Amino acid sequence: MIPGPGRVAVGMMTDPKRPIRFRFDGRTFRGLAGDTLASALLANGQQIAGRSLKYHRPRGILTCGPEEPCALVELAGKQGREPNRPATMVELYEGLEADSQNRWPTLHFDLLRTSELFARFLPAGFYYKTFMSPGRAWEYLYEPVLRRAAGLGRLRSSGKAPHLPAEILHDHLDVLIVGSGTAGLAAAQRLARRGLRIMVAEEDSVLGGGSLLDERWTLWRQAALRNLEALPTVRCLTRTAVIGAYGHGVFAALETLTGAESTRLAGLRERLRVIRSRSVIFATGAIERLVAFPGNDVPGVMLAGAALKYLRRYGVAAGRQPAFFLNSDEAYECVFAFAAAGIKHGTIIDVRAGSPAADRARALGYEVIHRGRVQAVLGRAYLRGLRVSAGENQPLRKLKADCLLISGGYTPAIALATQLGAEPRWRDDIAAFTAELSPALGQLAGAARGITGLAAGATDGESAARLVASQLGQEFGADPPATTLPADPETAALSPLWEVPGEGKSFVDLQNDVTCEDVRLAAREGYEHVEHMKRYTTHGMATDQGRIGGLLGSAVLAQARGLAVSEVGQPKARPFAQSVPFAALAGAEAGEHFKPKRRLPLHDWHESAGATFVNIGLWLRPLVYSQHPGWEPVLNEARAVRSSVGITDLSTLGKIDVQGPDAARFLDFVYANAFSNLRVGGARYGLMLREDGMLFDDGTTSRLANEHFLITTTTANSAAVLEHLEFQLQANWPQLDVQLTDVGDHWAQFAVAGPRSREVVSSVVTGLELSNAAFPFMSAAAARIADVAGRVFRISFSGELAYELSVPALHARTVWTALLAAGTPYSIVPYGLDALNTLRIEKGHVTGAELNGNTSADDLGMQRMLKKQGDYIGRSLAQRPGFYAPDRLQLVGVRPLDAQRRLRNGAQLLRPGARTGSLGYLTSVTAAAAFDGWVGLALLSAGRSRLGQRLVAASPTHAENVDVEVVSPHMYDPENLRVRA
Amino acid sequence: MLRINCPWCGVRDEAEFRYRGDASLARPEQSAPAAAFAAYVYERDNELGWHREWWLHVGGCRKLLKVTRHTLTHEIREVSG
Amino acid sequence: MSSLPDNPPPSAPDARRGGGHYSGWRLLVEGLRSQRGWSRAWSKSTPRPHYRVVIVGGGGHGLATAYYLATEFGISDVAVLEKGPIGLGNVGRNTTLIRSNYFQPDNIRFYDYSLRLWEGLERRLNFNTMVSQRGTLNLFHTEAQRDLFTRRANVMRVQGVDAEALNRAAVKRLVPLIDLDNGRYPVLGGFLQRRGGTVRHDAVAWGYARAACRAGVDIIEQCEVTAIRRANDRVIGVDTTRGPIGADIVCLAVAGHSSRLAAMVDLRLPIETHVLQAFVTESVKPLLHCVVTYGAGHFYVSQSDKGGLVFGGGIDGYNSYGQRGSLSVAEEVTAAGVTLMPELARLRVLRQWGGVMDMSMDGSPIISKTPIDNLILNGGWCYGGFKAIPAGGMTTAHLIAHGIPHPLAAHLDLRRFAAGRMVDERGIGPFPYAH
Repeated sequence: MIPGPGRVAVGMMTDPKRPIRFRFDGRTFRGLAGDTLASALLANGQQIAGRSLKYHRPRGILTCGPEEPCALVELAGKQGREPNRPATMVELYEGLEADSQNRWPTLHFDLLRTSELFARFLPAGFYYKTFMSPGRAWEYLYEPVLRRAAGLGRLRSSGKAPHLPAEILHDHLDVLIVGSGTAGLAAAQRLARRGLRIMVAEEDSVLGGGSLLDERWTLWRQAALRNLEALPTVRCLTRTAVIGAYGHGVFAALETLTGAESTRLAGLRERLRVIRSRSVIFATGAIERLVAFPGNDVPGVMLAGAALKYLRRYGVAAGRQPAFFLNSDEAYECVFAFAAAGIKHGTIIDVRAGSPAADRARALGYEVIHRGRVQAVLGRAYLRGLRVSAGENQPLRKLKADCLLISGGYTPAIALATQLGAEPRWRDDIAAFTAELSPALGQLAGAARGITGLAAGATDGESAARLVASQLGQEFGADPPATTLPADPETAALSPLWEVPGEGKSFVDLQNDVTCEDVRLAAREGYEHVEHMKRYTTHGMATDQGRIGGLLGSAVLAQARGLAVSEVGQPKARPFAQSVPFAALAGAEAGEHFKPKRRLPLHDWHESAGATFVNIGLWLRPLVYSQHPGWEPVLNEARAVRSSVGITDLSTLGKIDVQGPDAARFLDFVYANAFSNLRVGGARYGLMLREDGMLFDDGTTSRLANEHFLITTTTANSAAVLEHLEFQLQANWPQLDVQLTDVGDHWAQFAVAGPRSREVVSSVVTGLELSNAAFPFMSAAAARIADVAGRVFRISFSGELAYELSVPALHARTVWTALLAAGTPYSIVPYGLDALNTLRIEKGHVTGAELNGNTSADDLGMQRMLKKQGDYIGRSLAQRPGFYAPDRLQLVGVRPLDAQRRLRNGAQLLRPGARTGSLGYLTSVTAAAAFDGWVGLALLSAGRSRLGQRLVAASPTHAENVDVEVVSPHMYDPENLRVRA
Repeated sequence: MLRINCPWCGVRDEAEFRYRGDASLARPEQSAPAAAFAAYVYERDNELGWHREWWLHVGGCRKLLKVTRHTLTHEIREVSG
Repeated sequence: MSSLPDNPPPSAPDARRGGGHYSGWRLLVEGLRSQRGWSRAWSKSTPRPHYRVVIVGGGGHGLATAYYLATEFGISDVAVLEKGPIGLGNVGRNTTLIRSNYFQPDNIRFYDYSLRLWEGLERRLNFNTMVSQRGTLNLFHTEAQRDLFTRRANVMRVQGVDAEALNRAAVKRLVPLIDLDNGRYPVLGGFLQRRGGTVRHDAVAWGYARAACRAGVDIIEQCEVTAIRRANDRVIGVDTTRGPIGADIVCLAVAGHSSRLAAMVDLRLPIETHVLQAFVTESVKPLLHCVVTYGAGHFYVSQSDKGGLVFGGGIDGYNSYGQRGSLSVAEEVTAAGVTLMPELARLRVLRQWGGVMDMSMDGSPIISKTPIDNLILNGGWCYGGFKAIPAGGMTTAHLIAHGIPHPLAAHLDLRRFAAGRMVDERGIGPFPYAH
């Protein structure tokens, strides 16, 4: 018989009539439909699957599930190569291509193995003790080398990232049941009969958990699944791992799609499920754990439960000359499975004195060494044999074997429960931690609660169901089980087995190559708290997150410190219980859809008019009506406004409708200047402060009727102002009778600006007299515009005679078109944001660049607007001494001495000749339409006292220094003759 | 991840709400000294324990809710508004 | 859940050796001796009845303050009291970034002082803190952002601190992972501070602890302060789970929990405690060589020396001491990440955790005396505490030793709020949840 692993039987999952070809490290192999990559490799006698991180030791396949630490492969796919995929989780498909990782040049001949020669000089934490000299050598020399050596697989994309589908689904449940073993299925049946909405989430590709490995449970399982399938309020999902528990009943689960499902859904690989559930049952089972002994990483060493799974599910034996190293009766199921597969010779090394399972094994033809210990493993690239001690004071024996199946016990999977605050509790009988969850949140059940045995698990699941139902207000008594449960075999107790000391490396973490000696070194150096030990040695920090070796590491640490394992504890478990790809977490709101696009009502018109658009927050706004870069088109638009007339789309402004008997009183409170004395039909510039006295927002507010105002806000602050007003009204002024309504999207708003604007507007507006006497500057009124009911405001941002026209958004196009037609005799042009900015800078109006959250009313020269009587938001704190410090930055204008020089936003203002000592900076600059050259606004220390001074505008990032003169910010028509015309 | 039981809209995810801080503070009267305003704006108990706080339901009814929540366990004990 | 015995044995006579000098040579020697010669990196002292200075908090700032007190200001009669094991609070949970690219000139000077102290820290501490200055790149996606970053870079340059503008091509050369045009907000360019980068956070706590201990400081773990004792308007000591300890000066360095300690002397601080989450991916071969921050959403990322990408976003946004965060933040941060770097789509996120921040009312830290003259506060760090550890430690030690603020930290006085002299980098205002 050829030693080593191979296919010896027909497995539950595999179909011998459907062979599949795949490639591993360039070699072609044959597997069966239903295999995983791991089972197929073992079926082909391939034991070695990778090389370890630090020492490049050959590694085999240790487990049969997501907790695999060694057999991590790089998978080729349509989207490029994916690193670190556990071969145990990769379902085989025709043409699959995978490569081992972390070796050069090949898996069998890895030159980097030489690093192990230096292992003694590279203990845990060695990099903290060296690499400190010379100076920058760390990032130029040592670090690049270490970075290249660290890291497991390589992430490589296939070039231009294709559009990958993504999806997040939402589930609303009464009870989430995590795990479909006997506890989970029993609980599900019990609860589902009550009509509760249940989901059973199983991370495996089949339902059944541990019951899949015991033939006596087949009928029970099939009946349970039939019952559940018949109920409309129950869903059982496979390949769905619950990866995080976030509180308030929120869970995240990662559902992995099969190849066929994926193809049907345009290549979707996984989807995130956000589950909102009133309660939860963690029937998450227990994970078999590693034992530490010299050579416990040699290919051929495997967990006993994994070997059992390979036999039952895939018909694959881990070897033909097995040896077993066990400490519990549960682990003997593996032995019985080997016997059933026809492998009836082997040696069991049991640390205990005797047990019913040992007797049964002996009857089947196995040798059992009681009080035995594996002292060493023989073989490097693959296991050839063992050296065992057969009890106290017994000589060592050499055994031949081609695989060693080990089990150190079963660690309840309580990670999710601890995320919900469950406190871990030590249990001597299972030598592990389990946990207790607050009943208000849910229950643990079965092996997760430290219950051993499938029947005991089912019973525990039922009682968990009763407790959960009671918590949800549905009491029910103990119904008898629908089908008789197969009895659990009689078992003897487990005996703790952690480490067998000896010569040679024995590992507690197989991914990061952390040995027992490393743990002891950490304790010696004072990193004795389990969290320090973890960080110092990196134990449990790899992709397997210490699932099989975590508790072992704690036990070795406990022994080194002379404490009980329960006193040492384990590091905290955190999401994610299984690693999750970026794409799945991100969902569909990524890429182009990362944030929504808000389009103006006239977006299409602007586009067909040749506008270049710009992102302003979520909005797309026309910047200039030209596709040519540069200032010419912008200045043409601005000059057209100054000389004749232009029209611009201001629909993004925030608009808030304020109505009620107390509307005026409310506005007096939220604005620093008064509004209760504003005439009906008047508009007024309003300053809103934050409660700390700083400027928050500005805008124009109009009084449309005695108890009816319309607030406008800047585009950027529209949501913030509305929230602010709603907060103030409900928190501080709940007794006021005021209604606030967001009408931002209701109204489209255009500005028609320029000396000819009155003619243009008059010809489309009816029902309103627009002469200067009848409708003076800062007026507001209802009117019909192009026969659409709307509003007219006489306000100006540009510094020219101007009107803003507001119509319901549906009529935007009608009105805009009418205005353009009316403006044709005057060569009306549409103008965009750049031109608008040019005009307002020349006029000295401030925007968010000046209202930057650190400027006060006084800083911007608006001190006089603050009302003297009455309280308002920000009044008190605006009087703090810091607001009047002599060095405060104040708003000024700036002009270069040489009209040919340009200005830069963000340039720092310095004294001439100085290289340091910034006095302030330029906030808004523009090539000017109304002046020669550039102009700008700036915030300058004690600015108002520096008018006429000469400074330097320095922009080191552009290598530019420009001589400038400080001027008043109101450069254009400071007397306001044009706006009042 | 919080789910808040809005009295008007039912149980909704935290993403629908905007947090507005400590709700145990009352805005001082106009005549109060500057120190009182400074305390109102700046000083906080920030306790580890039950916290009364404001949440504005911006993605729903736009009511301002007063929520009593434990700042360690995140358990919500009371919602009014 | 895990604990040291209540009364650890008194320190061995050579416990203050800190395991001896660290060097490559020593590794060689110990390698040949089967690592037998290594001993405790720092000793866990038993508290004495009185110290000149008691520092509450064994995180980065507490340990650094103790270290500089002993080595720069000649004060070694110092105890650092840590309620658990040192270095497992925020210093052990952050995303390890260092930089000094700030807007306010005072902050630039302070954080750049810290950056200069990071440079050469390894040799000073004789502990490899892995200071790696491979650059911090801030991307921008609108002209308004470009202007903002231009202003910041100019302020930095005028102060003599490095900052440079990169165009799109240069951004792509530096970080090939970035897809300039993918997504809602294409990248227009970036600003780079070459001296920014990363540091191994655990090494900072351990390195400062060891060096402080060697200089005579007592590091007392599993020692939680339960009360602060006062007499005549002064602090005279603390009550702890390991008994009362007298002190001439008490310094609070417990950012995340500053309010709770301050409450022990009826002091209310301008601070709210908020959770900041961080994430790490599975380990892969080198992919990203500098720190990148996204300008169109909350996302910043770097690759640790162990190979995992460490990334994060904004705070969760409501008062919490929970040290854990919500799922929606994970979704938002990864959406931003995969928008900026589509190649990350198949990279798997391994772990998600959180720390609790002292979010201050203006977004800037507090290094200050309090209304009680001999009670010093080092806190309010928001999410910028890690990079400031050396400067925070040095300037706090200065304040303790001299009784007056260090000139570089004078703007961080607690009284600035009452005075109207806020230090608000982005003009957000008194809303900690928005900073």
